[in-house]
Amino acid sequence: MSYILTLLAKRLAISALLLLAVSALIFAGTEILPGDVAQSVLGQSATPEALANLRRDMGLDEPALSRYFGWLGGIVQGDLGTALTNGTDIADAIGKRLYNTVFLASTAAVVAVPLAISLGLLAVLYKNRWPDKLISGTTLAFISLPEFFIGYLLIYFVAVQLGWFPSVATVYDSMTFAERLNAVALPAATLTLVVLAHMMRMTRAAILNVMQSAYIETAELKGLSAFRIVAKHALPNAIAPIVNVVMLNLAYLVVGVVVVEVIFVYPGMGQYLVDHVSKRDVPVVQACGLIFATFYIGLNMIADIISIVANPRIRHPR
Amino acid sequence: MFSRIPISAIIGLTITSLFLLTAAFAPWLAPYGLAETVGGVWEPMSSQFWLGTDNLGRDLLSRMIYGARTTIFIALLATAISFLVGSILGLTAAVIGGWLDALLSRFVDLLMSIPTLIFALVVLSVLPANLLTLILVMGILDATRVYRLARAVAVDINVMEYVEAARLRGEGRVWIVFREILPNALTPLIAELGLRFIFQVLFLSALSFLGLGIQPPDADWGGMVKENKDGIIFGIPAALIPAAAISILAISVNLVADWILNRTTDLKGGRSGQ
Repeated sequence: MSYILTLLAKRLAISALLLLAVSALIFAGTEILPGDVAQSVLGQSATPEALANLRRDMGLDEPALSRYFGWLGGIVQGDLGTALTNGTDIADAIGKRLYNTVFLASTAAVVAVPLAISLGLLAVLYKNRWPDKLISGTTLAFISLPEFFIGYLLIYFVAVQLGWFPSVATVYDSMTFAERLNAVALPAATLTLVVLAHMMRMTRAAILNVMQSAYIETAELKGLSAFRIVAKHALPNAIAPIVNVVMLNLAYLVVGVVVVEVIFVYPGMGQYLVDHVSKRDVPVVQACGLIFATFYIGLNMIADIISIVANPRIRHPR
Repeated sequence: MFSRIPISAIIGLTITSLFLLTAAFAPWLAPYGLAETVGGVWEPMSSQFWLGTDNLGRDLLSRMIYGARTTIFIALLATAISFLVGSILGLTAAVIGGWLDALLSRFVDLLMSIPTLIFALVVLSVLPANLLTLILVMGILDATRVYRLARAVAVDINVMEYVEAARLRGEGRVWIVFREILPNALTPLIAELGLRFIFQVLFLSALSFLGLGIQPPDADWGGMVKENKDGIIFGIPAALIPAAAISILAISVNLVADWILNRTTDLKGGRSGQ
């Protein structure tokens, strides 16, 4: 047991270290210009006096390293700084949007994960027959579709022509849960379609991989029932790869959400990030970038942890 | 040889070449100018305007044709940069090894632990909005994936007898990278080329759609989706046309890449049977 704990502790430590490095990279990414943030806020035509003033206000006259640690220290205490464009507190502005984004992504995940796994199982069950070919062909086409094509197709046909769901996903505080679900129906459907194809194909590959192992053949030759083979031999070995697939695709959801929120004008993190990139509001971009990266790293870490815990070979080391 | 090309690959090759020809001969094919206002706003499809007009009354077909040029040209350039940077660094890391390999590989791990789109947004929030920056950012961020592939392939080749022989007869590192390893690593890298190109097309389209890629009045397909998206809720499908073009291009390149990938695994006696 202690062996697993050591492995888990190691994985946690790596993630923490990675997160620290990522924060440094995101900070450095906004420092790579020959000019600086003040220059990009005021534009090329700014007077030297105005530049100097803004630099002093933003603390840009301090060395980069001390600004980085100041920024990081603030984040650890929950202070994300203030937005350049309107002087509001970033943590306040992000709070509700983060909830909205997580709500949208989880709705998509709740639909996509069971659907992808059952489609993947179906494809394996009917391998090389028409259900498998149909599912695999359709998903191959879907992998190449950009999010906005799926999104606008849904808006054009489902929202505008049929009028089933609203085309713009407006949400506000006084909404009931059902109203909220209705509002995010189309964006969640878009996200689902975007990740479904990948998730299904990878699930199919993962299960096929397990089913072709020598121990499954042995179990078949021993004369075990099909149920016992799947339940006792295939499933324990397939859990880790499937969970891995699910987590990797949920991590992809983090990125897909940015474009989808812009398509449906949904008040979430992605929309907030994109708005402030074009306004060149660096503190907001840094904060959002770090939050997105944290989710991404976190999901990848959970994938690893589950495959450590689910792997019988690691659970019982020789 | 050609009789053994599967039908899906032929379809892919045909459509891809059509797109490439359109991009190459855009000024001769387009009936109207790129930024020329020729009619009313969002006119429907007609014999005069085959695909209708856009949000400013410009001919949509002409803009689609010029857009093909912009989209494909920039995606090709970015792919070229990512391959050049990624494969040279990857091969070098594999051959030299040691601290250089460790340093580069850990840095690539770090870059890849941030979603590409998110990091591109972070960097583009400070960089000047011009074409060169865009292409460099797209190319360098994607070079991480090429690096991993090139390094993995080169590490395998690096221990082959013929590389050992080249080392023993005293060839320099440059010779070993370019004359011994590169020719043998080329096949998997070329198979990857198509996939990276699709990724760049989708990436550029996403950036332009978010308003951070190609700036108007120039147009690529992603930017055209953005320009015409407000018409959708009034039932005007103009934005769907460039979005569909991106999808068709991506699918047809995918079909070709799939075929090449299967062929190369056939050659190596690999997983094609599965």
